[in-house]
Amino acid sequence: MHDTTVILIEVGALLLGMSLLGRLAARIGLSPIPLYLIAGLAFGTGGVIPLDASASFFEIGSQIGVILLLALLGLEYSADQLLSGLRRSRIAGLLDGLLNALPGAAFGLILGWGPVAAVAVAGICWVTSSGVAAKLLRDLGRIGNRETPVILSILVIEDLAMAFYLPTLSALVIGVSIAQGAIRVAIAVGVVVLILFVALRFGHIVSRLFTPDHAEPLLLGVLGLTMLVAGLAEEVSVSSAVGAFLVGIALSGRVAHTAQEVLTPLRDLFAAFFFVFFGLATDASKLPSVLLPGAILAVVTMATKILTGYLAAKRAGIGIPGRWRAGIALTPRGEFSIVIAGLAAGTAPALAPLAAVYVFLTIIGGTVLARVPDAGWFKRLTKPKPRRASVATG
Amino acid sequence: MTIRIEKVDLPGIGVRHDLVTENGRRLGVVSYRDGDRELTISDADDPDACAYALPINEDEAEALADLFGASVAISRLTKLTDETDGLYTEKIELPADSPFVGRTLGDTKTRTRTHVSVVAIIRDRKVIPSPTPSQTLREGDVIVTVGTREGLDAAARLIADGPD
Repeated sequence: MHDTTVILIEVGALLLGMSLLGRLAARIGLSPIPLYLIAGLAFGTGGVIPLDASASFFEIGSQIGVILLLALLGLEYSADQLLSGLRRSRIAGLLDGLLNALPGAAFGLILGWGPVAAVAVAGICWVTSSGVAAKLLRDLGRIGNRETPVILSILVIEDLAMAFYLPTLSALVIGVSIAQGAIRVAIAVGVVVLILFVALRFGHIVSRLFTPDHAEPLLLGVLGLTMLVAGLAEEVSVSSAVGAFLVGIALSGRVAHTAQEVLTPLRDLFAAFFFVFFGLATDASKLPSVLLPGAILAVVTMATKILTGYLAAKRAGIGIPGRWRAGIALTPRGEFSIVIAGLAAGTAPALAPLAAVYVFLTIIGGTVLARVPDAGWFKRLTKPKPRRASVATG
Repeated sequence: MTIRIEKVDLPGIGVRHDLVTENGRRLGVVSYRDGDRELTISDADDPDACAYALPINEDEAEALADLFGASVAISRLTKLTDETDGLYTEKIELPADSPFVGRTLGDTKTRTRTHVSVVAIIRDRKVIPSPTPSQTLREGDVIVTVGTREGLDAAARLIADGPD
């Protein structure tokens, strides 16, 4: 058979299988990400049935997937929302970073993976999956809750923090000496600040490049600009994902809204490629050895996330049940953790399998736990104590 | 009768408008970015949570607004509150014993005294948009104002009791 014919058959069969997995996930109220990862692992290096011909196709697809994931994330937020989120919740954001990134970094160092891999594990543990969390909130009918804005503002801050973290990490991954690494990090952060400034200040001019009235030119134009900036960002060793995120932020108004509509189906397709490719590229034979460390890391950092949300909600004046809901909603890690693991996969051989196990466990654990605060016994436990004292004395 | 509608920004999801009713329950209207709408009613036991989250389609929303008899006023209000954070709208009813009954809107000097703007007057369920200073006020007029929380409190006092 000709090579392209094999690719068609392999990709087609895999997509069909993933569609079934997606339906299964929707049926049980779970994000499809863990199932996509399993599909990738099963067909990848050291997996059950290795797919060889289509690996390069999936590689390019997964690159575009990361870019689209981040661009769409940027489109969801306006520059003003980012700034006001930063103003209102920077303490919560700082707490979030400290409570979750530090245990991750410590874990990396304890495993003896070296400082760069430790920075990567810190990032993997730090960022909640905004996609999974937002969907959970909606599915559980919690958008009307008072703690929801608290959760969302933490997600916004994390995403903004990633705009600086990802280029720093990619600079560290390439950097040879400490001095060289420091220079690269400085350049990367400088470029991000510059693009962010342009996005905030001249976003309306960037938006004027496109017209929201015609879907097709808009699709091509926004996709083109995103890939162009992503590529240029990669060239100056700011990660391509960050370039795409910043393009998303720069676009605003109707252009952003329509672009989001036309790009979402593309994002869904290529993001699925991304998760599968991560599984494909991850050595499945290493999985058993990271199962226990991954589980420990998941338990520890889910607990720290719950604490983060609990404290942030407390600061916002939310009652005890709402604090638990906020904490648990933040536990699932997802797309960003995988992006980080993909970026730093070379720093430690077990990093990618660990991230796969970790994301798998936190998404499933977080999804199951998220329903606990709705249970009767939990409500009784967290209910404020009746004021018996006043009855006794009165 | 003072109704305070609070706009809550939900980045990545949409906007929510919250209204606390007289008996302390919170009524929320969620407008998702994708156009879906949801009506939420807070839980009596846990005021942070909502006991109901009911999806409402566009026609239903319109019918509901008509039922409450103020569809125009409400659409004006949501349009206003969409714009900025920290700004609130409030409907202030002109009480019968207010010193401004029968006098003009300009006489209240609301903007000068409280930095609150009057954007409309609702009279007999009809909206008078952007009223001029020469607009005469009548008993029972509902004055739709926009301003900060402190400003709105001051404006409500001013309109009820006159300047100190």
